[in-house]
Amino acid sequence: MKKTFEKAGQGFVEFTVHLARISSLSVRSLFWIFIAPFRGKKLRWHLTFVQMVRIGVNSVLIVGIISFCVGLIIAMQAAYQLERFGASIYVADLVGVSMTRELGPLITAIVIAGRSGSAIAAEIGTMKVAEEIDALETMALNPIGYLIVPRTLAMIIVLPCLTVLADLIGITGGFVLAVVNLKLPFIAYFNQTADAILFKDFITGLIKSFFFAIIIAQIGAYQGFSVTGGAEGVGKSTTASVVSSIFLIIFADLLFTMLFYSTL
Amino acid sequence: MVEPIIKIRDLHTQYGDKKVLKGINLDIYPYETFVILGRSGCGKSTLLRHLIGLQKPTQGYIYIKDNNFVTASEKEKNDILKNIGMLFQSSALFNSMTVGDNVALPLREHTPQPDSTIKIMTRMKLGLVGLSGFENFMPAELSGGMKKRAALARALAMDPEILFCDEPSAGLDPIVAVGIDNLILKLKKAFKMTIVVVTHELESVFVIADRIALLHEGEFIFVGTKDEMRRSEVPVVRQFLQRAPDEDDMDKDKFLNSLIGG
Repeated sequence: MKKTFEKAGQGFVEFTVHLARISSLSVRSLFWIFIAPFRGKKLRWHLTFVQMVRIGVNSVLIVGIISFCVGLIIAMQAAYQLERFGASIYVADLVGVSMTRELGPLITAIVIAGRSGSAIAAEIGTMKVAEEIDALETMALNPIGYLIVPRTLAMIIVLPCLTVLADLIGITGGFVLAVVNLKLPFIAYFNQTADAILFKDFITGLIKSFFFAIIIAQIGAYQGFSVTGGAEGVGKSTTASVVSSIFLIIFADLLFTMLFYSTL
Repeated sequence: MVEPIIKIRDLHTQYGDKKVLKGINLDIYPYETFVILGRSGCGKSTLLRHLIGLQKPTQGYIYIKDNNFVTASEKEKNDILKNIGMLFQSSALFNSMTVGDNVALPLREHTPQPDSTIKIMTRMKLGLVGLSGFENFMPAELSGGMKKRAALARALAMDPEILFCDEPSAGLDPIVAVGIDNLILKLKKAFKMTIVVVTHELESVFVIADRIALLHEGEFIFVGTKDEMRRSEVPVVRQFLQRAPDEDDMDKDKFLNSLIGG
């Protein structure tokens, strides 16, 4: 009994320590991104572009395919329910609103957490093991400014873009099902979708994806920096980065959805 | 009297209860090659990490050119670091960049030079360590000795006043190791530089050192020139020079007890 409590307490302490460290890292990186440039420190755009290509351009295909499938899936689920009431046309509303408000940002963030968040953790972890981070510091280069800021900035720019893409492709997925399978007229579905999606739906999705971007990049970087030991440590941290960033993404999504649901 | 370029005063470090450095004092003078010698686990790596600012000591001070490195702010620390080159034991080249970009990185980040000038400077530094024409190679394509040379070129990129080397010849075959030692000697003559080498390899010590310090269980038990070291009567120094193993002083009862966990 005592042991159980001890373990739980220890776990809680460790969790708090992790949380404090991640917050401190995030505050410092965000300071470098949003405040330091106004105090004469340059952002390294050349490094940021490299990361934007890696995180963004290279994942267009996978994000596209997955969101198309998700669009099809929701359309089918919606049609299954709505057909009984002869309200098939409302498939357009359901697909449009749930893609832009919820699934577009969420699916994109999860795919990118698995694909690029883990890559950030693995890359920084390997650099730490190979003394490359120490080498950066002895060259008077701040690892946060040199490694984390470009990745975070790239993520903040690219994730909302990918989210817009996922929204559009997801809606197209629903559209394909409606036209091919439900035999709804092309123009009616189009108009219905255009009426259903409000600007605020779109914006709330993008606000979410901005915060998801920070979560993915910071967790990846934090896990990378906290690698100890050799290759095994890198593996552990990479896994941990995916698990914890997906958890935090979904938790943050819950909070935002609650906020937007009650206010907007 | 020449002012020391590095002054270490009453430096203590401990990890938990384990004391690694127990009040170290040391002066290193400009333009000398100073070797810190010691066995594995004697605290020499920790001392080096303090000297290059990667780790703060528990207590005590390090002055580099009269700047207190321990209490320096981030900016002051970076200014000191720009005058320091560091050769890591594992070379620590950035594996995602070419050799040329590795050497050019500090120049690109810290000097306003245009890229064409930086390219020329990079080639010069690589030529200096005998790696002309390798600037477009990736670190993974180089042998261990070549990596060390490339890392040395990167450490020298900013023309530092002080060069720190961590085990420069560790893990290399004897011929390549001698090559690195000779390179360090050549650089010492070519540039006016203070070189601090941390190692446990005796062969290279007597080739490159002006003065030697022997670190033993967190304290310097000997500081002096090569000849003084050869003549020294300190038991640990003698043991080191004669490469004698530790005497096995564990008695039988203790050993038995340790086996049965008593």
